[in-house]
Amino acid sequence: MLYFTRWKALAIILTALIVCLFAVPNFFSQERVKTWPVWAQRHIVLGLDLQGGSYLLLEVDSNYVKKEKLDQVRDEIRRVLRDAKIGYTGLAVRGDAAEVRVKESDQQAALTKLRELSQPLGGLLGSSGQRSLEVSDAGGGLFRLTVPQAAITERIRQTIEQSIQIVERRINELGTVEPLIQRQGTDRILVQVPGLQDPTDLKRILGQTAKMEFRMVDSSVSPDQVQSGRGVSADSEVLMSEQSPKVPYVIKRQVLVSGGDLTDAQPGFDQRTNEPIVNFKFNSSGSRKFAQATSENVGQPFAIVLDNKVISAPVIREPITGGQGQISGNFTVQAANELALLMRAGALPAPLTVIEERTVGPGLGQDSIEKGKLAAYVGSIMVIAFMLLTYRLFGVFANIAVAINVAMIFGILSLLNATLTLPGIAGVVLTVGIAVDSNVLIYERIREELRGGRNAISAIDAGFRRALATILDSNITTFIAAAVLFYIGTGPVRGFAVTLGIGIITTVFTAFTLTSLIVAGWVRWKRPKTVPI
Amino acid sequence: MTQSILIALGVLIVVLTVVAVFDLLPPLRIVPDVTHFDFTRFRRISFPISAALSILAIVLFFTHGLNFGIDFRGGTLLEVQDKSGPADIGAMRAKLSTLGLGDIQLQQFGGPADVLIRVAEQPGGDAAQQAAVQKVRGALGDSVEYRRVEVVGPRVSGELLAYGMLGMMLAIFSILIYLWFRFEWQFALGAMIANVHDIVLTIGFMSISQVDFDLTSIAALLTILGYSLNDTVVIYDRIREMLRRYKKMPMPQLLNESINSTLSRSIITHVTVTLALLALLLFGGHAIHSFTAVMVFGALLVGTYTSIFIAAPILIYLGVGEHRDAPDTPAKK
Repeated sequence: MLYFTRWKALAIILTALIVCLFAVPNFFSQERVKTWPVWAQRHIVLGLDLQGGSYLLLEVDSNYVKKEKLDQVRDEIRRVLRDAKIGYTGLAVRGDAAEVRVKESDQQAALTKLRELSQPLGGLLGSSGQRSLEVSDAGGGLFRLTVPQAAITERIRQTIEQSIQIVERRINELGTVEPLIQRQGTDRILVQVPGLQDPTDLKRILGQTAKMEFRMVDSSVSPDQVQSGRGVSADSEVLMSEQSPKVPYVIKRQVLVSGGDLTDAQPGFDQRTNEPIVNFKFNSSGSRKFAQATSENVGQPFAIVLDNKVISAPVIREPITGGQGQISGNFTVQAANELALLMRAGALPAPLTVIEERTVGPGLGQDSIEKGKLAAYVGSIMVIAFMLLTYRLFGVFANIAVAINVAMIFGILSLLNATLTLPGIAGVVLTVGIAVDSNVLIYERIREELRGGRNAISAIDAGFRRALATILDSNITTFIAAAVLFYIGTGPVRGFAVTLGIGIITTVFTAFTLTSLIVAGWVRWKRPKTVPI
Repeated sequence: MTQSILIALGVLIVVLTVVAVFDLLPPLRIVPDVTHFDFTRFRRISFPISAALSILAIVLFFTHGLNFGIDFRGGTLLEVQDKSGPADIGAMRAKLSTLGLGDIQLQQFGGPADVLIRVAEQPGGDAAQQAAVQKVRGALGDSVEYRRVEVVGPRVSGELLAYGMLGMMLAIFSILIYLWFRFEWQFALGAMIANVHDIVLTIGFMSISQVDFDLTSIAALLTILGYSLNDTVVIYDRIREMLRRYKKMPMPQLLNESINSTLSRSIITHVTVTLALLALLLFGGHAIHSFTAVMVFGALLVGTYTSIFIAAPILIYLGVGEHRDAPDTPAKK
């Protein structure tokens, strides 16, 4: 144990040194570090509990996704039956199924057509035998089409993927610094925005689906007439205005152009009235559709509908062929900014709900950093002092090893760009305890071997050899606990698991290499007859 | 203040290092070199005590319950700081009680200007929780600084609790498997009994002290587990070594010698970890206060006691070392 070849000693020192060096960028300002080579820029990221910021967990509304899917199935049934010229009645979504009834003579033909709608799931590799739709014959010409769970799960997966992109675009448009957006589980999105103190705006922006539609106003019946009890035709519906006072509008169901055809939207001011407006641009297919619709309906009002609310309903004065337009809806400047942002970023495929929110203000974060630092310093210094008092010279060795150990923890945390949280700092402090323990185990064993009658060098050798086996066993058990914590934990708890886990690895490394190297160096230099321990 | 403490401590370190290197002081010995405590005989007292304490803890758990934090109960927590100085909790409570949000608890937290507000989970799912926090923010307005806002919806809280419990069991189980491979099954079983004992007593402590039981508490419990096991493994390691060396030594004596020979290490390590944890407890701030309090109780008091008085003596009952028949070989010198 006490003999190291020159190469091995060099390798150990170099490894420790390099790992420690990775911690260096943390001592410099961000701007300074940015000018360094990329490999040297890695640094520890402060968790939201330390630097302040907002954490949101969003969940996609799976009922909505299911209902959308069934509505789509209903529309497809209508399409195929119409194409095949099969008469049907009672086409509707009921509960978990889309139902349709056909005449008995058409049953066979209808069944064939409906079965064609169902496709194997998972493309060519779909060996599960699952299909996107299940068609069942309820007898008497009634067919029931249900969407199997696997297809819904797949749909939710797609929805989440699209939603992440939209959420990313919306948050980036807000101009926040280094937001983190990632998927969690099957139907959730995690959003972390460092430095955000009040997530109210963020939640409002993410809470809107922002489905934008340009539709015609139905002038055949006035809203007043509807309110006094007159029905609207099946092709129209009543929608309320976005702004209060809420005013009803009768709007045709047919969508002229949808938000998907927008290429840009910018807030601005009307040149005449100086009112905040939103200028928008369509892509070529949108421009064409919009030009056609506006030239056919000059003099008629059309409506700009966002999430089933009417933003404004201007009258078409002349055909709009340039693919550009503006929306003025008595906006405030903030509302115009937000609308433009939502139009640019696009619509969410399904509504998102905030199911968990954690926000830490910068004041608390700063306090936590200071308190954590103070606790870490005081704790370390007390431990160092105690080791010096107990083991004297060997206490100095232990302290050197522990100091390098802590530096290596920060080096590895930087290398991994890991997140340091307040419990993470607690983890570092606890690691100091564990690292000291490894030294205590070795020294106590050496003392025992000395009492057993061995001479100095042989006692040191045996002490190391026997203690290291124990160190390995005891650290592996703690490591298992840390690994489980990492796996199940979120946020701060995970931060604790990371520092504890890394701390255990560096502890075992230093115990096996550095501590013995230091002691071996001392033995070679002094050739001691007794061990001052 | 902080600076001067650090400078003073730094000077102390330098002085102590000089003293240590030049051998100016006799070493500090907390535990005598050789001890002969009869730990295993003490099992006739320690086992009944532990059994009684465990039962007490379980009874407390069911009658007194745990003070579930919002992580597991759902709801809203706001930590606010009055910008104008000491907070008037009465006035704040009056303001918030008109909002119709049900049970609202206010509590001073840290300094006189800091108030912790807890709003119970609102009926009506996730959107209702969001509406509640918006109402509280509206009522308090800009007169306070919002230092921390946490909203946990009903589904998330259920999942967090389930994951926490699952993680705990997973940890115990995987550690057991490891010990089973490294030692004999009796050791794994003994460690598991010790583990459960630790956790039960710590939960009893949480019940009495009514500290918030949240995700951080699960982290604390797992750390206690790891720590206590660390200790147990050190003693087990020595027992295994002694078993190989002294084939005829009676088990109680063998266990006693194992515990006694590792005693010095146990105590010194515990002193150092206590120092580290005390620093966290005194200077670490409120955010980790309950975490460290639980750790001090669980790791230092219970964990140490368990390793010495439960984990090691229980091996007698589990039949460790019964089938040793080879002649005693003297210890190698």
